[in-house]
Amino acid sequence: MLKIKNIHAKIEDKVILNGIELEIKAGEIHAIMGPNGSGKSTLASVITGKEEYEITDGQILFENEDLEEVSPEERAHKGIFMSFQYPIEIPGITTTNFIKTSINETRKARGENDMPAKDMLKMLREKCDLLDIDQKFLSRSINDGFSGGEKKRNEIFQMAMLEPKLAILDETDSGLDIDALKIVANGVNKLKSQDNAVMVITHYQRLLDYIVPDYVHVLFDGKIVKSGTKDLAHELEKKGYDWIKEEVNK
Amino acid sequence: MSKYTEDDLKKELETKEYEYGFYTDIESDKLPVGLNEEIIVAISKKKEEPEWMTDWRLDAFKKWKEMKEPEWANVKYEKPDLQKISYYSAPSNKPKYNSLDEVDPELLETFKKLGISVDEQKKLAGVAVDVVIDSVSVATSFKDTLSEKGIIFCSMNEAIKKHPELIKKYIGTVIPKTDNYYAALNSAVFSDGSFCYIPKGVKCPMELSTYFRINEAGTGQFERTLVVADKGSYVSYLEGCSAPSRDENQLHAAVVELIALDDAEIKYSTVQNWFPGDSEGNGGVFNFVTKRGLCEKNAKISWTQVETGSAVTWKYPSCVLKGKNSVGEFYSIAVTNNFQQADTGTKMIHLGENTKSTIISKGISAGKSQNSYRGLVRINPRAKNSRNFSQCDSLLIGNECGAHTFPYIETKNKSAKIEHEATTSKIGEDQIFYCNQRGIDTEKAIALIVNGFSKEVLNKLPMEFAVEAQKLLEISLEGSVG
Repeated sequence: MLKIKNIHAKIEDKVILNGIELEIKAGEIHAIMGPNGSGKSTLASVITGKEEYEITDGQILFENEDLEEVSPEERAHKGIFMSFQYPIEIPGITTTNFIKTSINETRKARGENDMPAKDMLKMLREKCDLLDIDQKFLSRSINDGFSGGEKKRNEIFQMAMLEPKLAILDETDSGLDIDALKIVANGVNKLKSQDNAVMVITHYQRLLDYIVPDYVHVLFDGKIVKSGTKDLAHELEKKGYDWIKEEVNK
Repeated sequence: MSKYTEDDLKKELETKEYEYGFYTDIESDKLPVGLNEEIIVAISKKKEEPEWMTDWRLDAFKKWKEMKEPEWANVKYEKPDLQKISYYSAPSNKPKYNSLDEVDPELLETFKKLGISVDEQKKLAGVAVDVVIDSVSVATSFKDTLSEKGIIFCSMNEAIKKHPELIKKYIGTVIPKTDNYYAALNSAVFSDGSFCYIPKGVKCPMELSTYFRINEAGTGQFERTLVVADKGSYVSYLEGCSAPSRDENQLHAAVVELIALDDAEIKYSTVQNWFPGDSEGNGGVFNFVTKRGLCEKNAKISWTQVETGSAVTWKYPSCVLKGKNSVGEFYSIAVTNNFQQADTGTKMIHLGENTKSTIISKGISAGKSQNSYRGLVRINPRAKNSRNFSQCDSLLIGNECGAHTFPYIETKNKSAKIEHEATTSKIGEDQIFYCNQRGIDTEKAIALIVNGFSKEVLNKLPMEFAVEAQKLLEISLEGSVG
């Protein structure tokens, strides 16, 4: 589904990604771990097409299509979704309205008609139930005055509504208490299928107890320096990141 | 053969004046350019006005001559040459229709271009439309339904002839002839406009609506509207404007007077979409409008405006809260893009006890535009226990535009309570990227964010207007992010 080949990226003059190689297939969950400043969020940004980052070398393929010339919204239309580390507030626009716009713009891009209001309402209800969300939540302005946990849950709710092929969860666990974490993870697991893939970016292995990855990659200085199974995450939890640094610098 | 120009027309007129006298019918039925007493008399004659109205106009003109164009507004523009404007023009055949069915198909076509098909309007339940095209009313609908209730809704011209007692009693009482330079000019040369009278205790059963449009190049538009809501009555009045593209600047100096007698309520909504000039800042309408309402005891006046058009806007719909317990409201969205300039706001003059006013102003600036809120809240010594709440929010799009707020507060009574809140925000790249990531392109994202920002005011508009207003917001911000 996603193939990242030797990606180098910089912001202004600072090099952040330094030759990333990664392949994610349908049905897989990959965890990207690493210390602060290792380039985890940048990786998410270049996959989703954030413009501040300049790709100096390498290639990102999504379903065998080079994403270089593809705008962020077109990437979204193709099925790439990111749950933001810091979801943005848009005062005056309800969550329902935002999601409706999002879904219909995506459908329009695919040459489909707007989703009938009846279907939309039904889907909203279903996904609310799935994620244990009170429907009142939908009529609030998107993320405006939401608690950290509510914002993250809203991200997963949008993911549920948009049904992406590839979901990137950027530090979705940060700022969540254990109950909220369980709800969010539970949601992700319910949405997981053989046809979609998840990339979990996290600092801690805590989330990985609930969203169990098939592969764990450790990012350091803009490179994937170690890959393994979920055991690697446990090892990192126990030993911290220092031993990785030492191993790299050897 | 050389093109037939306005100068040729003028020459022809001058010749014909000698041949047949000044009031010879001419094809375009347009007065020569220029402003003097003869022109004013001519306008009045054309309108077949009674002598008292001619005198009223001449008096206004006399006063206007001694006045100076105001310069305090935060706008820069080349002053229009008032001697180069023709102060009267009417569609060539001056049709007068009783119903919309009789309207010239070409006119209907114009409405379609404006995005307000008459067909659609008819369907819009309960909207009576008094169409003002280039200064002359050509169609009025729903008149019968209204007249059953004793409601008068007609062109100003007709009202002057048919209801002189009402016009004499109320015209110029809220906005005196000498109020300001442009109001004085309007008083002298106003071409037509609308008059509305709601009798005692009557609740107007439909939204009354007027659509304005400037049609001919070089024609100033001087509309005059007077709405009188008698004791205990209610009316919701909609005013929508749109002008087609023009290369030269056009002046629009309207006057709107509202009078809400004891226990009456007037809701006045405007969607203004005059030609704003092109993206280089050429052309566009100068919109210098005076709007003011007077509230007697327990009366209420609400102004709601969505201002997206005009090259220069200078407009302060105000309320004089004269009667005890009267209420004034001002809800505004002003959008400026490219080189547009807007200096708009309101005045809430609290004269009576327990008077209350609310101001919600949303300014949106994009491109190289300048958007100013200017508002006055004045509490007079006798206005015990008066209250005001003002909220002025500005939204900036891009780095080259400006938002300014000039709130003036004058309190002469210690029991008054005044609150003022102001915010300025910018549409951030992060907000846009968030929308992009959800499949919403940048233009749509801006529309969405702007809509959210304006929601409090959009909600105050009547349903059919709100939809139109939302579209307008989108259109006027097109291309605002490079």
